[in-house]
Amino acid sequence: MTTATKPRRRMGLSDTLRHTAIMTQRNNMRLLRIPSLILFSTVQPVMFLLLFNYVFGGAITTGTPAGADQYINWLIPGILVQTAVFGATATALGLTEDLGAGVIDRFRSLPMARSAVLAGRTLADLVRNSFVNSLMLVVGFLMGWRFEQGFPKMILGLSLALLFGYSFSWVMATIGLAVKTPEAAQSAGFLPIFPLVFLSSVFVPVASMPEWLQGFAENQPVSVIANTVRSLMIPEEALLPLGLDQGTLIWQSVAWITVIFAVFAPLAVRQYKKAVG
Amino acid sequence: MSAVTATDIVKTFGDVTALDGVSLQFEEGIVYGLLGPNGAGKTTLIRVLATLLKPDSGSAVVAGIDVVADPVGARHKIGLAGQSAAVDEFLTGQENVEMVGRLYNLSKGEAKRRADEVLERIHLKEAADRNVGTYSGGMRRRLDLAASMVGRPEVLFLDEPTTGIDPGSRLDLWDLIEDLVAEGTTLLLTSQYLDEADRLADRIGVIDNGKLIAEGTSDELKSRLGGDVVEIHVEEADRQGAAAALRTVSGEEPTIERLGLSIPAVRGSRTLTEVVRELDAQDIEPKDIALRKPTLDDVFLTLTGHMAEDQVSKPASSDRQGAR
Repeated sequence: MTTATKPRRRMGLSDTLRHTAIMTQRNNMRLLRIPSLILFSTVQPVMFLLLFNYVFGGAITTGTPAGADQYINWLIPGILVQTAVFGATATALGLTEDLGAGVIDRFRSLPMARSAVLAGRTLADLVRNSFVNSLMLVVGFLMGWRFEQGFPKMILGLSLALLFGYSFSWVMATIGLAVKTPEAAQSAGFLPIFPLVFLSSVFVPVASMPEWLQGFAENQPVSVIANTVRSLMIPEEALLPLGLDQGTLIWQSVAWITVIFAVFAPLAVRQYKKAVG
Repeated sequence: MSAVTATDIVKTFGDVTALDGVSLQFEEGIVYGLLGPNGAGKTTLIRVLATLLKPDSGSAVVAGIDVVADPVGARHKIGLAGQSAAVDEFLTGQENVEMVGRLYNLSKGEAKRRADEVLERIHLKEAADRNVGTYSGGMRRRLDLAASMVGRPEVLFLDEPTTGIDPGSRLDLWDLIEDLVAEGTTLLLTSQYLDEADRLADRIGVIDNGKLIAEGTSDELKSRLGGDVVEIHVEEADRQGAAAALRTVSGEEPTIERLGLSIPAVRGSRTLTEVVRELDAQDIEPKDIALRKPTLDDVFLTLTGHMAEDQVSKPASSDRQGAR
């Protein structure tokens, strides 16, 4: 008869970080090896940018503040948030693909930190989002976009958009692990995204919407983040007519990012255990 | 020392009882083959032993470590190659194995050396720098096996290692697994194929409906089955006559098979000759006639009274060996 030894081994923080780094690197290497994935994850947001600026932009003037009279200056901060949120669907897709291929089973049989699978996935998507959004700024610059409040504030705005996308990755992870197949993840992921992105100040000023909609559109997280990024890029005086204050907006943005992360990271972890158990 | 000791493992999924009190034990350095049809509980048992699933009740000790109480400790000692080749198509073979090595906490250099070593062993050295997307099904399985070995596991779990790959690759994999065993790796493998378990396993457990229904060496199991049979397939119109012919030869009622009739080949190939002669005398031309080894069907028919196919949609003929 065998007597079982019971040295309960726990993962240390350094193990967790190292495993997370390996997983992040693996996911990013995948990305680099799939040219079509890089292409489409950049082409789509560029198309949104071109479409909204040149097709709808001419018609959207209602309520755009004076300093942001050029629509591109209104649009770019919104596009950064939209791209980060759309990009978060990659988290759901990547996880469901790994789940289907049995790769997650392999990981779970290894002496690695369990959280590294989810953390590595979301971090890899953050890296990709950073790349795509930097590209958006370059394309935007060529289309006439300028930032008015200096480089540090522009970077702060970009970072807030990316951090929001990161916390949204955990929403997508939860959804992906709940529906389990890439096809379902694709459709289910966009369910919350469409109302949040389009009933927002991303593309058009909320003032142009019917009154009953404005309450939601003005206060939901995507609008808050988009307005914050905007407040860091367009001239300060342009914000005043909208009744928005930069300090309050930044504070609200950080709160949304934290709350979404704090709610959905544990949910995603729980869903992960359920999906694989 | 015992490599695996599982005691009374129960695992249910909703209303389905996947494992209904399975106990098994085997020592280090042997290959234990777990044989059974789809849905019998083989994969669930492997997943419990490999720490992927917590059993509802029962205990399992693998390489001296209680997998329920200390799954992390157990993961240092096991390797798993699951049913689908869990390799990343967009990375090279080398990168796949190295990544797994680093997740076993090997340093970068060690992981590389160890990856070189196992890829060499598994005959994938030449393809190591190619993207796995270009690999054949058999190569992916081999790579998956390499990845499961990179951490030098004490006990290796292989879940249906040759299901869904072509016959040539299957033979390659068998050779490879035999090499591993010769070097002293303890292996638990599952299979739907009797010939596979027969060739690779030192001991075989037969699992059905979540229960271990028989256990022993391949010879022990076969002696319980009674050896080779002569099986014939005839036109429906000839069935009566053929049954009579078989009765004449064996002196007993023939067994009704899925596609025909069979009798035990008590005199080996002479029984076959006698059957041919008797059929010829009655002017019956069989569509097929074969002297065959007992198949998984026979194991199940004997042990449970139902055929493996009752639960599997796969055609029976693919499991059968033809005339020798």
